[in-house]
Amino acid sequence: MNYNWHWKVLLETEPGGSGTYLHYLIVGLGWTLATALAAWVIALAIGALVGTLRTTPLKWVVRLGNLYVEIFRNVPLIVQMFLWFFVVPELLPKGLGDWIKQMPPPWSSYLPAVLCLGIFTSVRVAEQVKAGIMSLPRGQRMAGIAMGLTETQTYRTVILPQAFRIILPPLTSEFMNVIKNSSVALTIGLLELTGRARAMQEFSFRVFEAFTAATVIYLLTNLIVVVLMRALEKKVRVPGLIAVAGAPQAGH
Amino acid sequence: MSGFDFDVIQRSWGYLFREGMTFTLTLTALAMTGGIVFGTLLAMMRLSSIKPVAMLAGGYVNLMRSIPLVLVIFWFFFLVPYIGAWVIGAKEPIKVGAFWSAAITFTMFEAAYYCEIMRAGIQSIPRGQVWSGYALGLDYWQTMARIVLPQAFRNMLPVLLTQTIILFQDTSLVYVISATDFLGAAAKVANRDYRLVEMYSFVAVVYFVVSYGLSTLVRRLQERIAIVK
Repeated sequence: MNYNWHWKVLLETEPGGSGTYLHYLIVGLGWTLATALAAWVIALAIGALVGTLRTTPLKWVVRLGNLYVEIFRNVPLIVQMFLWFFVVPELLPKGLGDWIKQMPPPWSSYLPAVLCLGIFTSVRVAEQVKAGIMSLPRGQRMAGIAMGLTETQTYRTVILPQAFRIILPPLTSEFMNVIKNSSVALTIGLLELTGRARAMQEFSFRVFEAFTAATVIYLLTNLIVVVLMRALEKKVRVPGLIAVAGAPQAGH
Repeated sequence: MSGFDFDVIQRSWGYLFREGMTFTLTLTALAMTGGIVFGTLLAMMRLSSIKPVAMLAGGYVNLMRSIPLVLVIFWFFFLVPYIGAWVIGAKEPIKVGAFWSAAITFTMFEAAYYCEIMRAGIQSIPRGQVWSGYALGLDYWQTMARIVLPQAFRNMLPVLLTQTIILFQDTSLVYVISATDFLGAAAKVANRDYRLVEMYSFVAVVYFVVSYGLSTLVRRLQERIAIVK
C-alpha cells in the first residue's frame, strides 16, 4: 500500500484557528466525555428506577416498564437521535420548541444528544438492574419481609445494595458503550471526537492520520475507564460471592 | 398538530422500500453471513493453543470492540480502496461504491461480536466431546465441523439472532457515508420535501415493527430450545 504518512499534520494549525489539530481532537474528546457522562447520569437514574419497577409484583407497573424498554430498544440509535433533534422540538409547545431550536451551537446538538443517549442507555441499564435483582436468592426478600420491613424498605436496604454491587461489571461495559455511542451525535452536528476526526480529514486531506489519532485516543480512554472500574469493582465486590462470568450478550 | 403531511410517505413508498429497505436487508444478510463465518474462525483462533494466533485474533476483536462503529465505518470507507488496489496490484486506490464498502465494514465489525458469542458457545461444550472426537480418529477440523460447532451454534442461536437484530438496526449508520439505505432514502425525501417530522417518525415506526417482531420470534425460539435441552 502506498500512502505517504505525514504525522506532523497533528501539530499544524486547524483552519478554525483554535490551535493545533491535536488540540482540536482533544477538545473533541472533552465533548465526547461531557456527552457520555451526562447521558450516563440520566441512564443510571431512569435505568435503576425502571429496572426495579419491573421486578415488583404490580402487574401494570411491570407492563409499563416492559413497554418503555421495548420502545427504546427496537429503534436504531441514529433514528432516535433524529427524533430528539428534528421531531421533538416540533411537537412541543411552540415557544419551548423555538427556544430549543434557537439555542446557540453546540448546545442545540448537545442537549438532544444527551437526552437521546441517556434514555437509549437507560433501557440497557434497566435490563442489567432487573437481571441483578432476579439473580438474588428469593430468601433475601422473604427474610426482609419476615424481619418486619416493608416492601420498599426491603428493596432499599436488602435487595438494591446487593444487586448494584453484583451488576457493576456489566455496567462498566455499558459505560464504555455510552462513550462509543456518543459518536452517533455527530449526525446531528455535535463535534465530538469522531466528528472532529472526520472534519480534520476534510480540512487537511490526511485521512489515516486523523482516524489513527482518534482511534488511539479512544483506546487510551477505554484503558483508563477499565483500570478505574476494575479498582472500584474490587472494592465493592460482595464478599463470599464467586464472581460469575455473565451469559454472553449481544451488543454493539 | 396542524400542517403535517403524511401523504409524503405514500408518495415515496416505492423509493423507500424498493431502494432503501432492499439495501438495508441485503446489507444485513450479507454482513450476518460473512460476520458469522469470519467470527467463528476468529473464535477458533482465540481458543487456539498456538499463542500468536490466539493473540492476533484477540487483538483484532478487542480493537473492533473498543472503537465506535461510526469511526470503523469511516476507516473502512477510506481504507477499502487502498486494500483493493493492493489486492489487485493497482497503483491508484480503486473506486468502491458505498454498498460494498458498507458490506465489508459490517462483516469485519460484526465478526468481532459474533466471535465472542461463538467463543462462549464453543466453551459451553464439555471437553469430553472433543476427546471422543479425537478418540474416534477425527482430526481437529473434523471434530470442530461435525461435533463442536453444530452444538455451539445451536446453543447460541438465540444470541446470534439477537445480535443480527442489532446489526439490522446498526446498518442505519451508513447514513454517515451518504448511502441510500432505508434511513438514507427517508432522509433524502425528508430534506427534499421538507417533511422531516413525518419521515423520521415513519422510519422509527418501521424499524420498531421489524425489530420487535423479530425479537418476539427469537424469544419464542429460546423457549422452545430451552424445553428441548
